[in-house]
Amino acid sequence: MPTFVYMTRCDGCGHCVDICPSDIMHIDTTYRRAYNIEPSMCWECYSCVKACPQNAIDVRGYADFAPLGHSVRVDRDEDKGVIAWRIKFRNGKKDLSLLAPITSKPWGTGIPQLANVPAPTQEQRDSQLLFNEPKYIRMDDGGIHTLESNGLKIKQGVTY
Amino acid sequence: MAYNTIVEDNIDILVAGAGLGGTGAAFEARYWGQDKKIVIAEKANIDRSGAVAQGLYAINCYMGTRFGENNPEDHVRYARIDLMGMVREDLLFDMARHVDSAVHQFEEWGLPIMRDLDKGSYLREGRWQIMIHGESYKPIVAEAAKKSADKVYNRVCITHLLMDEAQENRVAGAVGFNVRTGDYHVFKSKTVVCGAGGASNLFKPRSVGEGAGRVWYAPWSSGSAYALMINVGAKMTQMENRIVLARFKDGYGPVGAYFLHLKAYTQNAYGEEYESKWFPALQEMVGKEYLDPELSHATHRPIPTCLRNHAIINEVNAGRGPIHMVTMHSFQDPHLEEIGWHNFLGMTVGQAVLWAATDVDPKNENPELTTSEPYVMGSHATGCGAWCSGPSDVSPEEYQWGYNRMMSVEGLFGAGDAVGGTPHAFSSGSFTEGRIAAKSACQYIDDGKAEGIKVSEATLAKLKEEVFRPMEHYKIHRNDIVAGEVNPNYHNPRQELDRLQKLMDEYCGGVTVNYMTNDKLLSIGLKKLKIMEEDLEKIAAKDLHELLRAWEVKHRHRTSESVMQHTLFRKETRWPGYYYRGDALKLDDENWHVLTVSRRDPETGKYTMEKAPLYHLHDENEAAAAE
Repeated sequence: MPTFVYMTRCDGCGHCVDICPSDIMHIDTTYRRAYNIEPSMCWECYSCVKACPQNAIDVRGYADFAPLGHSVRVDRDEDKGVIAWRIKFRNGKKDLSLLAPITSKPWGTGIPQLANVPAPTQEQRDSQLLFNEPKYIRMDDGGIHTLESNGLKIKQGVTY
Repeated sequence: MAYNTIVEDNIDILVAGAGLGGTGAAFEARYWGQDKKIVIAEKANIDRSGAVAQGLYAINCYMGTRFGENNPEDHVRYARIDLMGMVREDLLFDMARHVDSAVHQFEEWGLPIMRDLDKGSYLREGRWQIMIHGESYKPIVAEAAKKSADKVYNRVCITHLLMDEAQENRVAGAVGFNVRTGDYHVFKSKTVVCGAGGASNLFKPRSVGEGAGRVWYAPWSSGSAYALMINVGAKMTQMENRIVLARFKDGYGPVGAYFLHLKAYTQNAYGEEYESKWFPALQEMVGKEYLDPELSHATHRPIPTCLRNHAIINEVNAGRGPIHMVTMHSFQDPHLEEIGWHNFLGMTVGQAVLWAATDVDPKNENPELTTSEPYVMGSHATGCGAWCSGPSDVSPEEYQWGYNRMMSVEGLFGAGDAVGGTPHAFSSGSFTEGRIAAKSACQYIDDGKAEGIKVSEATLAKLKEEVFRPMEHYKIHRNDIVAGEVNPNYHNPRQELDRLQKLMDEYCGGVTVNYMTNDKLLSIGLKKLKIMEEDLEKIAAKDLHELLRAWEVKHRHRTSESVMQHTLFRKETRWPGYYYRGDALKLDDENWHVLTVSRRDPETGKYTMEKAPLYHLHDENEAAAAE
């Protein structure tokens, strides 16, 4: 929820400033460390928390409805391709550790460079097909769906 | 500040805003335009921008024709039923026939999609949803976009589209500013794919103070998709069709997996089923064709999202709130419990934070639900957006004036929230629309439609002055007062946003008025918006961050005006549970089984409203029998 930055951990590297989708992580000019300049535009998306190399950023639930004394921490590891979460309840009765994959391949290796694939033919350009189609629609030799192939008509009027 | 001007010239395809729609466009454009210049401008960082910045735990639009699950027309029918008939079925069919190929590529790129180990197919959450470990969904598709684009301008906020001065009604690029450096950016481009976002924060949120950021749709979704297009005179459709979400209270955590996969259900505060008792009166309002619980029970015909909201709203108003999601039984299964938590961590971490803070363990108690403030967007269970040309082999003539996904402005294409009449596209469908738009944009250029574009220096200078005016205005007037934020000559962006939200809430059917409005309220609201527009000319920004907020609120204002105009035009209550017209409380198929289309004249600011006929898909045999 609104993020905050621990004074003793932040070294002012600016990774959070660089990644924040809401442009609310800024460097304080006096302390040379990051802080959340506009908590009411924070979506608690955790992008900055995940990006911080010092684990200096944490969240404290919104003051208008969340009591103090809880914790949701995260460690995202691109090399290992996993993300680890730990959730601690305010009353101490629940302490959950959860692990999930974030990718099934070494980062970026599965993505083609389309500038280097064989160029589309004129016939493909004139068709309704997109890159890798029709094959990737069904992963077999089937074609693209059309009104004709699916026995359909488009008609003006009221239909429910 | 000097405001240096940086010109990026000779662009073929400019992607304005790179969420799922924009990344799809940038990726695909490289294939059809291997020698073309592709540039992305994004106000944040494309690795974590747009609605999917946080990640997703499901892909909500996947046909599964590969596994024999659904055909595109099945999805069209579903979207039609859910939106009470008001959809562009040509565009939906087109999106649905391509969407699986996007999803199959995501898997190849490394997005972990869960499998049903018995069937070998993807693990289904519901008929259209598949489950993913999507924490890195956005970074993965951003990687694909980066591979295809010549240049990515992160932290450049597009404020205006540029129009050609050689030929009328043709796009010529865009301008904006760098949120970090304050540079003025000019993008001269043959085509623009508008991938900017829909709008959160138009209506006063339920949360107050700090919690105002806890909105359902991302707080950075500033309606720029709509404002950019409306301001150059592009036609818009279905802008009245705002959406209200039934979600976990305060955290707005998603409920889809809970209903569909975890088999949770809702009940009122006293443990009673409440939905069915509201349906007879609701059936009177909308007609049996749109709500038939018995038929739905027998045939699994879905009950529209808005009508389910209606039951919640009325049950709460009758004094039997709050509504609870019954989770206690399914959460006894440790596997399902884990999925419940993962579901939040993958896409709405704040809900997990809230339950940790309030000691809500869904295993021991049934969490509260509530209905949200309204949102204006075009890719969830609602279809606000621009009026686009459809595919040549599907669309009727009236829906077709050139290139697939081209708007009523030549060379201007769109994807995701920008495209109107295409609800239920979600992340995968938005990416797919981006791909379709990119191919069309390449065709448009190859056909020589973008030759001889001209933008004068005078125009660029005029826009530059406009872009930075809030900062200049601040400089001039900040010393009128001793200190503080109260100034007789300007408002700051937060003050203007508060004003907009209050106005939209009270006049256009927000939460504090139980989603109710009427012709009189809307007319007053429009007057107030007009006066607000004058004040927005005097908005002040003390730094570049506030300049960003100033432009966001200007975009939200323009979007709101369009929403207000459309809501006034459609004189019926088409979506009870999304909003109500008190002066026309019934669904009226005789007069309003149509799409609403508007155009704002950029010169005069006047709106022209029209009705566009609806076309529906029919089974060929059934169509023949009817004729």
